[in-house]
Amino acid sequence: MTATTHLPAHEGAGFKISEWVFTTDHKRIGVLYLFGSMAAFIVAGLMAIAIRLTQYNVMTLDGPVNYFVGDFSKSLTVAHAYDTALYFHGAAMILAFLIPGLTGFAANYLVPLMIGARDVAFPRINALSVWLFLAGVIMALLTFVIGDKPDIMWTGYPPYSIISPGNTAFYVFTVHLIGFSSILGAVNFLVTIIYMRAPGMGWNQLNMFVWTIFAAFCIQIVFVPVLASAVTLLLLDRYVGMGFFDPTRGGDVLLYQNLFWFYSHPAVYVIFLPAMGLLFEVIACQAKNPIFNYKAAVYGGIGGTVAITGEVWVHHLYISGMPDWIRIGMMVTTLLISVPVGLMVISMFLTLYKGAITFNVAMYYAVACMFLILVGGLTGIPLAVTSLTVNLARTSYVHAHFHFIMGLMATYALFAAIYFWFPKLTGRSADLPIAKAAFWLNLIGTQVTFWPLFIIGVQGMPRRYYSYPLFPQFEAYHHIATYGAFISAAGITLMIIGWIYAAIRGPVVGTNPWGSKSLEWTHTTSPPGPGNFLKPVVVGPDWTPYDYH
Amino acid sequence: MRLNRKLWTAVAALVWAGPSFAYEDTGGIINPTTAWTDTWNDVLVDLFVIGGLFAAVGAYLLWRYRATGPGQVGTAPKVNLDIALAWSLVPAALFMADDFFLAARGWSLWSIQRTVPAHSMEVNVSASQWYFEFDYGNGVKSDQLVVPVGQPIVLRMTATDVVHSFGLIEYKLKEDMLPGRITHIWFYPDKPLETFVTCVEFCGDGHSQMNAPVKAVLKADFDKWMAEQLTKKKSASLDAPRSSAAAPAASAL
Repeated sequence: MTATTHLPAHEGAGFKISEWVFTTDHKRIGVLYLFGSMAAFIVAGLMAIAIRLTQYNVMTLDGPVNYFVGDFSKSLTVAHAYDTALYFHGAAMILAFLIPGLTGFAANYLVPLMIGARDVAFPRINALSVWLFLAGVIMALLTFVIGDKPDIMWTGYPPYSIISPGNTAFYVFTVHLIGFSSILGAVNFLVTIIYMRAPGMGWNQLNMFVWTIFAAFCIQIVFVPVLASAVTLLLLDRYVGMGFFDPTRGGDVLLYQNLFWFYSHPAVYVIFLPAMGLLFEVIACQAKNPIFNYKAAVYGGIGGTVAITGEVWVHHLYISGMPDWIRIGMMVTTLLISVPVGLMVISMFLTLYKGAITFNVAMYYAVACMFLILVGGLTGIPLAVTSLTVNLARTSYVHAHFHFIMGLMATYALFAAIYFWFPKLTGRSADLPIAKAAFWLNLIGTQVTFWPLFIIGVQGMPRRYYSYPLFPQFEAYHHIATYGAFISAAGITLMIIGWIYAAIRGPVVGTNPWGSKSLEWTHTTSPPGPGNFLKPVVVGPDWTPYDYH
Repeated sequence: MRLNRKLWTAVAALVWAGPSFAYEDTGGIINPTTAWTDTWNDVLVDLFVIGGLFAAVGAYLLWRYRATGPGQVGTAPKVNLDIALAWSLVPAALFMADDFFLAARGWSLWSIQRTVPAHSMEVNVSASQWYFEFDYGNGVKSDQLVVPVGQPIVLRMTATDVVHSFGLIEYKLKEDMLPGRITHIWFYPDKPLETFVTCVEFCGDGHSQMNAPVKAVLKADFDKWMAEQLTKKKSASLDAPRSSAAAPAASAL
């Protein structure tokens, strides 16, 4: 192999679309995942604005929403436009942005580089995986052009999803495509991490991010098939007239809810764990310290989370008429999540102890995440307690809680990663004043949006209401929340402009601008060429990716 | 030895704090609504203490250990086995202690919420797109829930079409209403109140408008209302449009 093969792919031979369509290179596949998930993020973000506009007034029959989605098609009422926007926002943000952003983009780009591998174990399966995902995104976006848009929320509970005027099949096939992509990704990355680590690299020398991806894909491979079966049964109920979830034919409506959350609670950790992994990488590098109590964070924190993840799903069904004893049992298991998560948080905070902390934009987002984890995690504790949830369930308190974890912490961890590895992807830095301005707009905007929702949630504001004439006292809070959404929309716009500018004109930086000790910075170029490393990587028994002193 | 005893007393106090919590007595009935607020306030204190502690430590570390010049590296001491174990087992034990404390508090509130007092008044509720219907069991069906003050009320609930949920916001109670299943909640109207129940599980485009009045009235007023309903029913037993449509589905369950 000669050095010329290490020219940055898109700067060397010029851009050829066939090189991207038929690529089996994990880095290009990662970039395809990034573009697909950001497309879903932008469209689902616009839906969030539509949702906020709808709730701006108590009654929105002639409110500002009409300028946005109300007149989208004459067949839509405001209520129906709102319901379809909610469906798309939820389904796309979780299935097409967060999971593929973290386990698609970040895992694809970083894991082989971090373990010193030339690619993943099955590059062609990897290519199939990304194209299944992109097909899923296209399938999801197609719901904007069909007349009978799905309006069944991202949960798709029957019997509503069976009798809904919306097209449930689009929901089911989107889940099938993205789910199949996840299962293939899981097989690929588990094999890659187990068998393709650089010679000499033991399990206790792995990057935290590699561990969290390993954990996330263990969860995916066990639980995604359950979701796939749940939505398949839904499809059969709706279009073939079977009665799995139809009580008039001997079916049970709660069966679906159990199957759905049996996957979808673990899915929270598929998002949360890789987000934590990315934060560990950024914080350790910016503090120039090893991870504090690495083994406790890995085996107690990540391992504990994986062990407990499948035994807590009933906390999504606390008011769904499940037997009393199981609601109490899962209250205890849900509360115990605080133990592994607490160990990870302690490791993360104490990694700063006696560090030499420098602040780049990635670190701004990471620091924000440290505090978002506290708010998101602690507000989850009342929701773990069955009897408190009896009042809090289905209010905007729940909505604010999971947005702090998913919409803010996990999303900002991904943004932190994009800024941190931007020099690796492009050879240029995105650490510009525009990025700092965007950060502050994002942080302030989201806080202005979600704190009012906590407050009115405790007072009873129900979720998924496009109008709320019974609760006129909450209108001022909805006004504030809507202003916040516009502030963060400005932030996101600025951030994306900043990325595009930086990719073209950003300052060219060296191979290792942050002074990291991890293989993707120390052993290859920015961006790495095909095959990743100039010569095979071998690490010694004392090597760690956090060996700063 | 003395320290040991103190520790055990503290642990015992922590374990007993939940179940033995004394609620205001209202003729032998513990009001689940006020009990919710008590538990919530205690849990909030717990959350603010933990959150405040972590936030303060995090902010301090970020400020104290910021780099003062270029090229610096951290000087964190090596984590030996003792430190590693201490920083795993002690926090794990503390988190677990707090978890079990919260679980105990939650469970005692749950027992109140789920133990229906004897002699509660029973009302059957059925939900459809997009209305609630209340059946008093004596032939009276109503589109509003009228209940006497000072009487525990238990609601036996089901749905006729899709999943709905009974959101009794003022009484801090919710439970889903499912086709093919019967669920229940009970509440204690301790003073006259005009409020509403609103649907809290997405059930279609009319979800936001699905609600019904809930009126807790004095016993005399309730008796008067019930008598009116009974005479109305006798005089107009033929025109009951909505109720008769919903009845077969509900009784089939």
